[in-house]
Amino acid sequence: MNLKYESQSVAKLYFMAAIGLFVGQILFGVILGLQYVWGDFLFPAIPFNIARMVHTNLLIVWLLFGFMGASYYLVPEESQRELHSVKLAKILFWIFLVAGATIVASYLLIPYARLAEITGNGILPTMGREFLEQPTISKIGIVIVVLGFLYNIGLTILSGRKTVINMVLLTGLVGLAVFFLFAFYVPDNLVLDKYFWWFVVHLWVEGVWELILASLLAFVLIKVTGVDREVIEKWLYIIIAMALISGIIGTGHHFFYIGTPGYWLWLGSIFSALEPIPFFMLTLFAFNVVNKRRRDHPNKAATLWALGTAVMAFLGAGVWGFLHTLAPVNYYTHGTQITAAHGHMAFYGAYVMVVLTIISYAMPLMRGRKANSMKAQVVEMWSFWLMTVAMVFITLFLTGAGILQVYLQRLTDTPLPFMVVQEKLAVFYWMRELAGVVFLIGLIVYLVSFFIKGEEEV
Amino acid sequence: MKERFTKGMARNIYYGGSLFFFLAFIGLTVDTVNKLPQTDNRENLTEVVAFGKTVWENNNCVGCHTLLGEGAYFAPELGNVYTRFGESTEAIKAFIKSRPVEGIKGRRSMPQFNLTEEELEGIAQFLKYANGIKTHNWPPNIQG
Repeated sequence: MNLKYESQSVAKLYFMAAIGLFVGQILFGVILGLQYVWGDFLFPAIPFNIARMVHTNLLIVWLLFGFMGASYYLVPEESQRELHSVKLAKILFWIFLVAGATIVASYLLIPYARLAEITGNGILPTMGREFLEQPTISKIGIVIVVLGFLYNIGLTILSGRKTVINMVLLTGLVGLAVFFLFAFYVPDNLVLDKYFWWFVVHLWVEGVWELILASLLAFVLIKVTGVDREVIEKWLYIIIAMALISGIIGTGHHFFYIGTPGYWLWLGSIFSALEPIPFFMLTLFAFNVVNKRRRDHPNKAATLWALGTAVMAFLGAGVWGFLHTLAPVNYYTHGTQITAAHGHMAFYGAYVMVVLTIISYAMPLMRGRKANSMKAQVVEMWSFWLMTVAMVFITLFLTGAGILQVYLQRLTDTPLPFMVVQEKLAVFYWMRELAGVVFLIGLIVYLVSFFIKGEEEV
Repeated sequence: MKERFTKGMARNIYYGGSLFFFLAFIGLTVDTVNKLPQTDNRENLTEVVAFGKTVWENNNCVGCHTLLGEGAYFAPELGNVYTRFGESTEAIKAFIKSRPVEGIKGRRSMPQFNLTEEELEGIAQFLKYANGIKTHNWPPNIQG
């Protein structure tokens, strides 16, 4: 079984790097979880802030690898032509991998302030903001890689067949690049700084990334269900329409308590309360087309991931987001473990799972078979359940911790200091750590599934 | 019913809706930026404060703490630490200075950053300035 377009196989490199970095991310997640209850674990060698930076930055980098790999796989097939340049895709891959690895290694080996100094952060300061901690020079590197990637993908799409899927994907990717530019704007004024910081963070994950998510999911669903493209494209349009209609002004749910005008309390509450709608529609969409499938694709695992993405994105981004998005609720939950709970499940459900969906679908094809052996798929499905259930429990324990934290620190008549409250939450943190270890086991099972042989589905 | 709602209509909602709300967002952003002087405490944004912000960033303080509720949830909120520390920048400086190099056995501890006097003054003034930003009375109480 050959790929329709040979150049699609460049995606394999990207997917392997993504999975490798994913493993690193989870290892640091387990370290962080332990530091919550064993305060001086690895201290002062790897303080919490460093480990957290590694955890979140690895996540972002591996998701970007996933998106890029997904694009390289999807775009030739949708555009019905070979990729503009496989060579460029390979060069950019190595640049991005070396840059990503260097960033992470430098966090671990060099004190952060020293890193800022030697990378000339004083010239154009962009470091030290959540998720955007990379040295300025690395950020510039990211921009160059993304521009090269967009050039490659854009030329392929524009000179080939334009489908709704590849156009929506391209819009999402261009948006990703454009909004990242706000990472270079770091004013002295803290309120301004925070306001425009969200142009990267919110407009990524609750904006343009949703376009990427929806188009990748639509692509896989067309492939595994054989449902008419017209039907799927209509769903796709309406889902992303709702995502942007709710999500753009929905940015306002971050502008409640950071020194911004009062009307954001209303605007942010109302529009972000609508943000679960596109995710709910995504779930309806996924189940609908799978029920109406016109073929039984042998890759059951990919279908499971696709359905799982829709459900978990709805739960994590939709339900857990709504939980604390109304301004009067957020007044008490802002900056507590509730946010952490939501962040974990939303990132896993929406973005981790969609990348694993496309990997699950595309990887067997790139390895010369329509689907893996049933034996390998069963192992992969085990990893799906282990990781997903573990993430549900991580979220539930963090939510429990969050509710208690809100009560003890903010709601009761005798509010307790932060650190006193943290000690009282230890049991929740231990349980979360346990769930985190189960997640890691699930991830190991996932890795193992790539090496299971057996009768191949051709 | 399915035929009545066509792909073309869905596409128009997507283009029309996102364009409209994107433009609305730009309008709101302009308005917000114009109104910020009323809330963002810019009158106290001195050079020392601006320097303090770079100290805050260069030491990745947001990797453990929240500031106005944003950041990591491992260490206390600092948007109101100036009030919590009895409106004393000296107390803030003393706290940062006194962190043990090897940490505290079994407990969370802030690293010893070995800041210079100038950096200490900067960070303390920065936190004092942050404390003065009008945030619709957030956090709910002094504990952050």
